[in-house]
Amino acid sequence: MNGPHDLGGQHGLGPVAPETNEPYFHAEWEKRALGVTLSCGAFGAWTIDESRHARESLPPATYLSASYYEIWTRALETLLKRHGFLTQAELDAGHMLERGAEPKRVLKADMVAGVLAKGGPCDRPVETSPLFFAGERVRTKNFNPETHTRLPRYARAKTGVVEAVQGSFVFPDDNAHGKGENPQWVYTVVFDGGEIWGEGADPTLTISIDAWESYLEHA
Amino acid sequence: MSEHHHGHGHDHHHHDNHFTDMEARVKALETVLTEKGLIDPAAIDAIVETYETKVGPRNGARVVAKAWGDPEFAAWLKRDATAAIASLGFTGRQGEHMRAVFNTPDTHNLVVCTLCSCYPWAVLGLPPVWYKAPPYRSRAVIDPRGVLAEFGLELSAEKKIRVWDSTAELRYLVVPERPDGTEDFSEEQLAELVTRDSMIGTGLALSPEAAR
Repeated sequence: MNGPHDLGGQHGLGPVAPETNEPYFHAEWEKRALGVTLSCGAFGAWTIDESRHARESLPPATYLSASYYEIWTRALETLLKRHGFLTQAELDAGHMLERGAEPKRVLKADMVAGVLAKGGPCDRPVETSPLFFAGERVRTKNFNPETHTRLPRYARAKTGVVEAVQGSFVFPDDNAHGKGENPQWVYTVVFDGGEIWGEGADPTLTISIDAWESYLEHA
Repeated sequence: MSEHHHGHGHDHHHHDNHFTDMEARVKALETVLTEKGLIDPAAIDAIVETYETKVGPRNGARVVAKAWGDPEFAAWLKRDATAAIASLGFTGRQGEHMRAVFNTPDTHNLVVCTLCSCYPWAVLGLPPVWYKAPPYRSRAVIDPRGVLAEFGLELSAEKKIRVWDSTAELRYLVVPERPDGTEDFSEEQLAELVTRDSMIGTGLALSPEAAR
């Protein structure tokens, strides 16, 4: 979707303002937001792609003014309601009012180390051979789906070179919407700064994206 | 929140409400989920403790220091970063599919996630706020030199800049160039020179003088 999250190349968003000796958390609630988000992810009720889509579907003004832990929290509320684990009435009341859906798994303290160390690999075998090879010129497609995609707007309809075939991975554009993992080959594609930004681009700049096979066509 | 004496409306902006909106929002969420038995508050403590004390940029610094001192490890890191990094015990969430990219005298690497906040947690821990915020995400791809200048890093005009936008599940670790004057350094001493920012590309490794 052409949402507020797709930020590459936008102007006017201000200086980066790195903080010296930045703490891991700026408030206690951020710690809880991290832990609650990861704990609920362990339910197995939604995928990382669905959660990314819930975040980018926040109203643009909210998204752009929120800290990332706020974005996570708001999106988590959406996911929990969508999958029947709680209701808005319960969030308003701050207490359980009814029983909801049962998750496949509840993350207990003694499971945390193992779950975090395992992570969630999303490479999957595919039966086909890669359509593109390293060194080949390719063009990204031009499309503007209202649904989830990981092809940024700035990199659509651009010509670049395949640098590497990176393996085959779950296809987020489908997986975010419950349409299955449908893995595809993923390629690192490199573009000249001038191809992306045109006149005035930094001549020393190249940019790469990691692109699923269906984002690409032969140039 | 029975201690609130101003009723149960949704207007939480009263001056006597010492909870911020987000504190109240997260508190409500955690309370409901705990009452339903869906989360374990002790698990949340364990997650926070993991990222406050165990999984952070010192992991990545060990990877870089080993690569500087051990050409075989560096070659492995280049070929199969996930396995090479796992051999040091760093695995797991947001480090499942690692790639290491090496700075050279010709090329400086910079990592961003323009679409969200993808970051190599297994080696760098939780991302800093600026990495997840709109200014960095918008500008790293179009004005990397301007961004680097805000970190106090001025690259020579002829240095090539490669920006890696983490649009898929590969997570990138920049291996900065080894500073001069470190020939006799142990791996531990080398690791002290490797900053978090140097592994994102918004900084360089420290010189021995700067580290003192």
